[in-house]
Amino acid sequence: MRAMNLSYTSREQVEVYRFSWVVSIGLPVLLVGMQAFIPVRLPFFRVFDFGLLLTIFFAVSRRSQLSGTLTGAAIGLLQDGFTHTPFGVFGIAKTLVGYGASSIGIRIDVENPGSRFLLAFFFYGIHQAVFVAIERELLGQSIHINLGHEAGAAVVNSVMAVFLFAFLNRFKIRD
Amino acid sequence: MNLFSRHKNTVVLATVLLAQLLGLAVQVKRQTAEGPVRLIRYVAVSGLAPFERMLIYSGKTVRGVWANYLDLRSVRRENLRLKAESERMRLDRAREQEDARQARRIQALLGFKEQWIDTTVAAQVIGTSGSESSRLLYLDKGTKDGIKADMPVITPDGVVGKVLTVYGDTAQVLMINDPTSGVGATLVNSRLQGIVKGSSTGEVQLNYIMGDEAVQPGEALVTSGGDRVFPRGLPLGTVAKVSMGRNLFLEIKVQPATDLDRLEEVLVITEQKARTPDTAGLGPIRASDILAQHLPGVPQTPATPQPGATPQPGTTGATNGHSAGAATVAAQGTAQSAVQSAVQSGNQGAAQGSLTNKPQTQILKPQTPKPAGTQSGNQGAKQGGTQSGNQAIQKPLAAKPVAPKAASPRAGGANPASAASPAAGEGKHPQ
Repeated sequence: MRAMNLSYTSREQVEVYRFSWVVSIGLPVLLVGMQAFIPVRLPFFRVFDFGLLLTIFFAVSRRSQLSGTLTGAAIGLLQDGFTHTPFGVFGIAKTLVGYGASSIGIRIDVENPGSRFLLAFFFYGIHQAVFVAIERELLGQSIHINLGHEAGAAVVNSVMAVFLFAFLNRFKIRD
Repeated sequence: MNLFSRHKNTVVLATVLLAQLLGLAVQVKRQTAEGPVRLIRYVAVSGLAPFERMLIYSGKTVRGVWANYLDLRSVRRENLRLKAESERMRLDRAREQEDARQARRIQALLGFKEQWIDTTVAAQVIGTSGSESSRLLYLDKGTKDGIKADMPVITPDGVVGKVLTVYGDTAQVLMINDPTSGVGATLVNSRLQGIVKGSSTGEVQLNYIMGDEAVQPGEALVTSGGDRVFPRGLPLGTVAKVSMGRNLFLEIKVQPATDLDRLEEVLVITEQKARTPDTAGLGPIRASDILAQHLPGVPQTPATPQPGATPQPGTTGATNGHSAGAATVAAQGTAQSAVQSAVQSGNQGAAQGSLTNKPQTQILKPQTPKPAGTQSGNQGAKQGGTQSGNQAIQKPLAAKPVAPKAASPRAGGANPASAASPAAGEGKHPQ
């Protein structure tokens, strides 16, 4: 609690939010579906990971590790459904991100754009690291990482996170 | 109980992770057995595919109305450009047709069997995996349209990938730039063979080319057919960059022939057949044709019809055989012995012996057939049907042979010489 007092800057930041079930289910399906459809016409769209951004958003808004874990697992498994990798690759990565983001959401200010940018950047890195570890160590795939490309993708996703989170704020319901 | 409620979040995290890890382990083990499609994947794909299809089609309709009825500003200019291009391509086509005819004749001579694309199904791209780490496409055609797993997917430009999983109305295509894909490839000029694979960033690479080989940027790359998925000779791309890799192999980056990021329609090859190139309409295959093409410096001699040189109905089959050896020997008036030896010892031996024993230039000398040679040639044809030799002598330099329609190599089914021709070409004709 002491840590919380030190980090928070306003009363609003300790609020816990919830979402209607339509938003909780519909939004991930819509955004992950869009992510699968839009690159047919706009190839650069592939760089966005809306599943990851939603996991972070729900986790820091609900401020519950349990909820963050389950939301991350569900969104990750949904994403796995569109790939040819075994189920659990994105699932495990996003489970950890959901847990981590909700843990951080309890402790620091996650409402201002700067912290959201840094949060998304940090968790994008964690997500990719876990993903590569699973691919290499558990599945035995020879995945080569282009650090420059990953850093660029992290920045792009973080910028998107700032705008997306601002938009998604309107779906929040104060608990 | 208190311990659980105290560490509830950690326990749930560990449980969810463990469950997924176990699931991962089960799937990895099962993958080798190619188990059935998992329900969750089926639900995910089937649930979203209709919406994606609807969006694609509605977008296509709007674009079609705009492009076909409204935005016609540059049509006239484009029409002129296309006309000019059409003229140029017509000339190219005539030249390439001649090359293709020649290639087919040579392939038939060598007894090649090729994988021919028999049937294709056109499909619309309706979705992707949405992830950079998994290069997949979703098509609007599935099992109902005859699509099966492992079928090659191409565009007119080149190879796209292969069908990975098929659903009722949808198929999942693994593109060649996915890290888990692999396509047998041949470099067109150097004939080196390697494997084309993707990378996590979507680049295409040619692997397993030894470091001491010379590979130049710009060299074209086609499928080798060695993977038993893609037919031989489909364009894969061109070499973009060559550098020394960390191990003994070269690091070769490939520019794909198809723009893999902008695919809208593709073709799925649903049926391939192995068959010998059809040379029925190409005229007879003669050793002299092959030789003439390899000796371009010798001037052509107009053929003068000789009374005794007209192919007789009874000798057409013999003429079709075109055993190079028999032609050579006939030119020297020793066809009788050659034919007889062909009959006795088998066509291959006769053809090979004749080709190797006699200087090839002798075919190219225009000679007036001697009565004895003619007789012996015809007699040989009647006996063994190997070769009359007359036509070969009279038109020794015919690069584009004109022959009676019956002069197809297939016509020699009962003719031993027809079987001898490929054998003659098999590593025996001069290169």
